[in-house]
Amino acid sequence: MTLAPEITDLKVQLRLDGEDSSWLTVCDLSALAVPGRGVAALLPDGRQAALFRDRDGRLYAVDNRDPFTGAAVLSRGLTGTHRGRPFVASPLLKQRFDLESGQCLDDESVRITAYEVRVA
Amino acid sequence: MTVPPGPAPTIVLVGHGMVGQRFLEALAERGLTATHRVVVLCEEPRPAYDRVQLTSYFSGRTPEELSLTDKEFIKEHGIELHVGDPAEAVDRAARRVTARSGLVVDYDVLVLATGSSPFVPPVPNRDATGCFVYRTIEDVLAIEDYARSGARVGAVVGGGLLGLEAAGALKGLGLDTHIVEFAPRLMPVQVDEAGGAALLRTVEGMGLTVHTGTGTQEIVTGADGAVTGMKLSDGSEIATDLVVFSAGVRPRDQLARDCGLAVGERGGVTVDAQCRTVTDPRVFAIGECAQAVDGRVYGLVAPGYEMAETAAATIAADEAAFTGADLSTKLKLLGVDVASFGDAHGTAEDCLDVVYSDSRAGLYKKLVVGRDGTLLGGILVGDAEAYGTLRALTGSVPPVPPEQLVLPAGAGAPAQLGPSALPDEAIVCSCHNVTKGTIRAAVTDHRCTTVPEVKKCTKAGTGCGSCVKVLTQLVNDELEASGVEVDKGLCGCFAQTRQELYETVLALRITSYQDLLDRYGREEARGGDGCEICKPAVASIIASLAPSIGADGHVLDGEQAALQDTNDHFLANLQKNGSYSVVPRIPGGEISPEKLIVLGEIARDFGLYTKITGGQRIDMFGARVEQLPLIWARLVDAGFESGHAYGKALRTVKSCVGSTWCRYGVQDSVRMAIDLELRYRGLRSPHKLKAAVSGCQRECAEARSKDFGVIATAGGWNLYVGGNGGATPRHADLLAQDLSDAELVRLIDRFLMFYIRTADRLERTSAWLERIEGGLDHVRDVVVHDSLGICDELEELMRAHVAHYRDEWAETVNDPEKLARFVSFVNAPDTPDPLVRFVPERDQIKPDLPLLSIGVRPLEEALEGSTQR
Ligand code: SRM
Ligand SMILES: Cc1cc2nc3c(=O)[nH]c(=O)nc-3n(C[C@H](O)[C@H](O)[C@H](O)COP(=O)(O)OP(=O)(O)OC[C@H]3O[C@@H](n4cnc5c(N)ncnc54)[C@H](O)[C@@H]3O)c2cc1C
Ligand code: SF4
Ligand code: FES
Repeated sequence: MTLAPEITDLKVQLRLDGEDSSWLTVCDLSALAVPGRGVAALLPDGRQAALFRDRDGRLYAVDNRDPFTGAAVLSRGLTGTHRGRPFVASPLLKQRFDLESGQCLDDESVRITAYEVRVA
Repeated sequence: MTVPPGPAPTIVLVGHGMVGQRFLEALAERGLTATHRVVVLCEEPRPAYDRVQLTSYFSGRTPEELSLTDKEFIKEHGIELHVGDPAEAVDRAARRVTARSGLVVDYDVLVLATGSSPFVPPVPNRDATGCFVYRTIEDVLAIEDYARSGARVGAVVGGGLLGLEAAGALKGLGLDTHIVEFAPRLMPVQVDEAGGAALLRTVEGMGLTVHTGTGTQEIVTGADGAVTGMKLSDGSEIATDLVVFSAGVRPRDQLARDCGLAVGERGGVTVDAQCRTVTDPRVFAIGECAQAVDGRVYGLVAPGYEMAETAAATIAADEAAFTGADLSTKLKLLGVDVASFGDAHGTAEDCLDVVYSDSRAGLYKKLVVGRDGTLLGGILVGDAEAYGTLRALTGSVPPVPPEQLVLPAGAGAPAQLGPSALPDEAIVCSCHNVTKGTIRAAVTDHRCTTVPEVKKCTKAGTGCGSCVKVLTQLVNDELEASGVEVDKGLCGCFAQTRQELYETVLALRITSYQDLLDRYGREEARGGDGCEICKPAVASIIASLAPSIGADGHVLDGEQAALQDTNDHFLANLQKNGSYSVVPRIPGGEISPEKLIVLGEIARDFGLYTKITGGQRIDMFGARVEQLPLIWARLVDAGFESGHAYGKALRTVKSCVGSTWCRYGVQDSVRMAIDLELRYRGLRSPHKLKAAVSGCQRECAEARSKDFGVIATAGGWNLYVGGNGGATPRHADLLAQDLSDAELVRLIDRFLMFYIRTADRLERTSAWLERIEGGLDHVRDVVVHDSLGICDELEELMRAHVAHYRDEWAETVNDPEKLARFVSFVNAPDTPDPLVRFVPERDQIKPDLPLLSIGVRPLEEALEGSTQR
């Protein structure tokens, strides 16, 4: 796997809800080098986030826990584009979640937390 | 709720066969089940089922799947269905029916739908053990049971439609099969002499022995009273273990006779055009037990359905009449298409025949045409492709000269006359009397956009199914004409089918998904991230072709890594709590004690739940993602390889112990299973592939339930293809017989590569074989006779696959970059997922599911907890 040199020392940060200025550094951008392949991060309070990067380099983060099964697996799902919006499909029972809003595309009543992410 | 004044009038139906069930549906459609009490007496131990498809039991259809009765329907309409309780007497004066159980029901309307019983000629010993008839599921179960208990030869009395069906069943059970027909030809009612001759050649070509122009004189029995043979009227004798009588049917009209209803000269309750008995206006008779107003007793289901509609309409005081039906039939008997329609025997005055016959190919087609060019009827044997169109054209002057309608394509025939040439009044579905106009209207006026919708809306195609092909063409034509594009695309990203994408990838040597999406994806999908459907499908295509198109084969390399489902991505199977299972390959199910011990030690050391799988290997569950490389390092060390339980790829080749140990074995099935498993391991395909090798006909490896199954014979191997267990089981079909080792491997190479090339995404070989045009025969032509001239290419593709095979796990454990992904958390590589916890059960572990529903655990507790399993 070859990485463009300019992205190797950039960090991916995630905004924890509530505290405005609290950005948590999660990993090197290089950990998301393969677009569409996510990683999981452990948050200080024990929750987990799933982070993704699409082929245009945009970053997304949502709760890692699949609300349908309870397992923390969303980071291992496949991503895609549906009507121009990015989504991840749970690897367990395949429900899709909008990566920007956390809204489940297959069940209106379900939504997961979506986090703000940035590269610093 | 409003209470109707007085008790609801009662309709009693006697007989819950195909026509009876149809009658109930017609009642419901007309709202009569709401206004009437409906009581059904059903003699058989199960409610109505599809008798027409009875023989499909032998190709794996279960009695449940044959059922025509929806429990919901019966319940929803408040129908009182008494299964296994036949009517024994009718008192017409008191309007009362008594059933065997003693149940007594008073009726306002009585409907008889008692069907027919098989005719058994009065020959000596016809009741001997080993004699059967062929009408019900119980008959079929009894025949199967008897045949399986050691019969080798079977004989069918009767060479008509049902006789050939029965013969097909016996052949399917592996018996040497004889057919004895009194008439000088097979299917004397449906086909003429020349058609019968074409049929005879084909049937004999399949290894059945046919005796025409001779009758059965006596059944010969042994000392134990069981059948041992059959004496024929020409003086000869056949040795046989089993006899099936299929010499026609007789209407079951005894109940009607006993209560004084008039019956026809040759049986059948006499009814008028409304299907009311001529004797008693309160009693109706429908289906095979009735003699219609035209004096005929119809032995086909379509006229019976029409009678059912007529009777229901009459009871609802609507106008309807059944005055007769044509006897058009299209059947696939023993795999041979046979159809006859209209005035097949040319009985009209002054009519002319147009005949095409090719005895070498077993083809015979005859059209009966009137002086003025009107198509009156015809017979098709060997190829009944044109049946739907021809039947619908019957009664009109076809738009092209008749001879062009029977010539095969390529022999001077112009482009096939499609259903677009039919007039709107033409009946396309004769089971439900649906015209072409109605079907078109379903699309244009009722906005149906798929064949299933049109079926539901018009009922066309929901009877015998013979019209579905024409129906599909009509619907697609109509959709295209009205500007609706018929979307056969793989998903929202690609308008192509999987097969088209395969061809594109192969021809243009495209090795990147993004490249394919950006160049060949739908306009709106280009430049995007694709979706969860096409990513793995394209990844699989690229992986199967990798060596030939110059792509890197490892599923964790570069872009491939992002396309794979999580299972392929972690080379393990994801379980419900986020842990994984580990399945090493155990080729052919053969394993040494040392290796067994290694598996035991690894499972013990990592605390894994251990289970023997249904595929003759060992599955170890409960590994966390970060444990996978550690487990596999030890497995690889001990000589194990990936079992690809996670991939759409070859799973296992099961074996039986075979000739090495088994007293019956005729070939070394274990060796062959191991060879095949090692040859095809790692082969990515549209769906998973399973195989098995049995050492003899006893079939202990269950090879016929596999995508490819091999059964040893004294002379080599028989190859079966298209088998399936799972949700829709299917027995594999015989592709070729008595193959040498090399021939076997070559055929499987070709078969698999042809499947990979042409199947849809997630389409097992069984569904593929059922779907592709021409079915098994076409596949045989392509892979055995090389009719497309692609066998060299298919073999080359497989050679490349075999030569480039590498064990995915061995490569992964030796590659630090690939190993980096095997962590639960990118920011805490040493911390295990706190939600993956286990609790004890039967001396092993199982996932702690309650924990999953709680969701989050405070981190400290989580971290503490993670040290213990
Ligand atoms: C482990 C095992 C059950 C067992 O404990 O015995 C199993 C387990 C699973 N089967 Fe199976 N099947 C297993 C033998 C079978 C068999 C029996 C056989 O192979 O002889 C069948 C019927 C035969 C057949 O496939 O025709 C079978 C028919 C299915 C099907 C239905 C396939 C179909 O065509 O209808 C699925 C679903 C699918 O693939 O879409 C399935 C899917 C699955 C999956 C992959 C479901 C999933 O996605 O989680 C299970 C995960 C396995 C894992 O986590 O390791 N499994 N499964 C067996 C593994 C065999 C092996 O050594 O590889
Ligand atoms: C193997 C096979 C293949 C066939 N293939 C075709 C084909 O390809 N095309 C085609 O058009 N037709 C075919 N047929 C014929 C078709 O099955 C019949 O035309 C159709 O089933 C007739 O329906 P029915 O309801 O009149 O009779 P049935 O389906 O026979 O039903 C009558 C029912 O009434 C019950 N019964 C009888 N007496 C009593 C009583 N006193 N009380 C309660 N219940 C009673 C019987 O047990 C039976 O269940 C085939 C038949 C067989 C056996
Ligand atoms: S299939 Fe035949 S050879 Fe194999 S174990 Fe069974 S009986 Fe023996
Ligand atoms: S003709 Fe039988 S279903 Fe249409």
